Amino acid sequence: MTPTAPPAARPAPTRQDFVSDQEVRWCPGCGDYSILAQMQKIMPDLGIARENIVFVSGIGCSSRFPYYMNTYGFHTIHGRATAIATGIKCAHPELSVWVMTGDGDGLSIGGNHMLHILRRNVDVKIVLFNNRIYGLTKGQLSPTSELGKITKSTPVGSIEHPINPVSFAIAAEATFVARAIDSETAHMQEVLKRAAAHKGVAFVEILQNCNIFNDGAWDSLKDREVKSDRLVNLQNRKPLVFGKNRDKGIRLNGYKLEVASLGAGVSESDLLVYDETETDSSFAFLLSREGRPDFPVPIGVFRDVVAPTYDELMSRQIAQAQAKKGPGSLEDLIYSGMRWTVKANGTSV
Amino acid sequence: MATKSQAANNNKPVEIVDRVTIRFAGDSGDGIQISGNQFTMATAFAGNDLGTMPDYPAEIRAPAGSLPGVSNFQISFSERDIHTPGDAPDVLVAMNPAALKVNLRDLGAGGTIIVNSDSFATANLKKAGYEANPLEDGSLQAYRLIPIAITQLNAKALEESPLSKKERDRCKNFYALGVIYWLYDRPLQPTLDFIADKFAKSPDMVAANQTALKSGYNFADTTEIFTSHFRVRQAQLPPGEYRNITGTEALVLGLVAASQLAETPLFYGSYPITPASDMLHELAYLKNFGVKTFQAEDEIAAVCATIGASYAGSIGVTGTSGPGAALKSEAVGLAVMAELPLVVVNVQRAGPSTGMPTKTEQADLLQAAVGRNGECPVVVLAPATPADCFSMAIEACRLAVKYMTPVYLMTDGYLANGSEPWRLPDLTSLKKITVSHEADAKSFEPYQRDPKTLARPWVVPGAPGLEYRIGGLEKAEVTGDVSYDPVNHERMVLLRAEKIRRVAQDIPPTEIFGEASGQLLLVSWGSTFGAVHSAVERVRANGKKVSSVHLRHISPFPADLGQILKSFETVLVPELNLGQLRLLLRGEYGLPVVGLNKVQGRPFTIGEVQQKIEELI
Repeated sequence: MTPTAPPAARPAPTRQDFVSDQEVRWCPGCGDYSILAQMQKIMPDLGIARENIVFVSGIGCSSRFPYYMNTYGFHTIHGRATAIATGIKCAHPELSVWVMTGDGDGLSIGGNHMLHILRRNVDVKIVLFNNRIYGLTKGQLSPTSELGKITKSTPVGSIEHPINPVSFAIAAEATFVARAIDSETAHMQEVLKRAAAHKGVAFVEILQNCNIFNDGAWDSLKDREVKSDRLVNLQNRKPLVFGKNRDKGIRLNGYKLEVASLGAGVSESDLLVYDETETDSSFAFLLSREGRPDFPVPIGVFRDVVAPTYDELMSRQIAQAQAKKGPGSLEDLIYSGMRWTVKANGTSV
Repeated sequence: MATKSQAANNNKPVEIVDRVTIRFAGDSGDGIQISGNQFTMATAFAGNDLGTMPDYPAEIRAPAGSLPGVSNFQISFSERDIHTPGDAPDVLVAMNPAALKVNLRDLGAGGTIIVNSDSFATANLKKAGYEANPLEDGSLQAYRLIPIAITQLNAKALEESPLSKKERDRCKNFYALGVIYWLYDRPLQPTLDFIADKFAKSPDMVAANQTALKSGYNFADTTEIFTSHFRVRQAQLPPGEYRNITGTEALVLGLVAASQLAETPLFYGSYPITPASDMLHELAYLKNFGVKTFQAEDEIAAVCATIGASYAGSIGVTGTSGPGAALKSEAVGLAVMAELPLVVVNVQRAGPSTGMPTKTEQADLLQAAVGRNGECPVVVLAPATPADCFSMAIEACRLAVKYMTPVYLMTDGYLANGSEPWRLPDLTSLKKITVSHEADAKSFEPYQRDPKTLARPWVVPGAPGLEYRIGGLEKAEVTGDVSYDPVNHERMVLLRAEKIRRVAQDIPPTEIFGEASGQLLLVSWGSTFGAVHSAVERVRANGKKVSSVHLRHISPFPADLGQILKSFETVLVPELNLGQLRLLLRGEYGLPVVGLNKVQGRPFTIGEVQQKIEELI
């Protein structure tokens, strides 16, 4: 615990101010290190005093995160970080509240709470580390593991259809939805900053490598040679162009998306122009569904729309009630309804 | 018991009785609960002491006239200080055959049955499973049967009302109520005022319902069916201002009072569940008190959001009933480990599983006391009566904050829905609840304990220089860092246990009703107070030396309890379960303890407890 001087005398914070005194205990080579580093790097730029930041987590490798941030932190129970964060934000709306979770914690045991924090639009930032495996329990399938996946609990292959976290968040009408990759550090920093700046719930999926139990799960998106052809970086109000030579794009054919090669009669004006502020979530959802081998995986911001937040509405109802009725008087409340008095001589009136 | 005198304002003689118990019964859509509540209010105005118990079906609208659709409301009133809604009713008011069939077995020998004879037609008799009309086949000869054609009389009284036939017919519960008001000499005015207020938007409805009430009253006064009526004298209640209150209402007021006494906002997280939902409904109206209510997606989210709010500096309260309390267990363990204040209200109902949601029971005591993984001690409290829910809600919040611990507040369906007169407290007499979120940044450690209470500091996010991390992993003593050290773990387990034991220093000396030693001591907890206390009063009135104590604090037990128990030859614990407090007392004190146990979804009658006492002495 490092005591700090009062706010007025404090110099501008640095990355080091957000590093706690706890030894980081993830496996060497884990993708979580990168996420922690990017988070510690962006924090000084957010303009939020360290004491007003709370990291909340559930259970899993990702959930050790709060111990390593020199902010307030609450490492809670499996799947419930989103519910606990809801209570923190509603009770104390001035705080910047972050939930660090994983594919198992956030979408399996905590799937119900995830749905509800997203649809309520509680002003909480959620970062979901997706490594498509249960790491802390040593290698069982997760809700994002692919069909047929061999794991300790599925020795002859998974018979479950996986969930797509971004599709889930968009379907729940989260007001901010994005995807980043543990190895794309500069891009991740941008996405995390955007999430922090968003007023309302922010859901960020980070494709993260578990080098012990599911090594290489995202390698097809990381190979330097091919990643430009395998990823499309969403840019607001820009056409969906990708490829090493920026020679490919995405266009709509009927109600399906297709990849088109630029040139030979196809120009950027034929491509879809992405608008992350579109309130109708249908198109963002369509884009999130893509899983064809020849189709690039979208990263970046899928959705960033403005809507009233749950915590703000809760506080507003209280302010309105107080403006209308005045601050509650306990005496008036207790001495209300039909009452009678028993006098000292025993008679009632 | 009854003496005859002449009433000043009525035509018929008045008999003075000391206690009357009436049960209203009818279809759940018949307005039985409204009738019961109005009779209660009129009775409070008449100056009697009283106790009430509603009993309604789980089905929202069971088929009209069916046995599962019967809704009851029982009230007992007296010129003496009473503690229960009465054992067997003296009078059963049955609005249809099903209501008669369901309730007849509870009626005392020679009891009075007032029925709406118009509802005893073939179809209704069949729905209730009667082959012959019980009003005509002589099967009710053991009772005083008073059939009144309430439907027809009500229709006639309202002939001139512009309301539809159906609307006029719905006034008949007030007609019936008018009859009972006359019979027991109740004032009409509180109910006339209630009707004027409730139907303020429709003058025709006001007129019709008021006419029905007055017509019923006048009918009873003039009919030859009743030769006399009854009066219960005013009770000698302590002077003060009173209102009638249910346990739920009192508990909600207590939570709001605690928030004000602590100058700390109240956060109430809950998921709808019978019979606890009314707390959420009532608190949701109190936004101008700064109360934040959160209807969560499930029981787990309800308690977790509440823990979050508590971590962020609110008084966090979550309310539920047994099945919901089961779901909250893991999160309560987190609050034990993180040492955060939390109040869990369990309005117990008959279990296991879904059980009988609208029926009362006390079978979640062990769940609260020990039902979590690990060595996971908490404070367990239980109010004794509906009005006592006010003070115990304040006590729960006070202990939660003072000792930084979860506190279970165990009520039940009977306490929550039952009512009694409440002498309104002098608010200036309520003790402030001390809350501090302060700490010295230079020396702050998250698990540095107060030497007296062993509580850790309640530092809340937002305080500069005090940033700290907590969680459900074992903590190193003082620093709160994660620790797997074996000796540290044992030390922390012992510290958490010792912290809860020290709550005993806040428990006032146990009051013994009767002698401080002797042959037999009854130990009760929660809602059985009324029946147990009344039974002991009765046997003592017969000259027998029997004592009782009532526990409001169950974990930890009061410091003086062991010595009290040892001063009696036999200890009897009556409870609405198979012996859960008995098990805890045996475990704590190693003494033989006898049980009186009932699991029928109903409270004890005084008679049942009295009979057991008489067996033992």
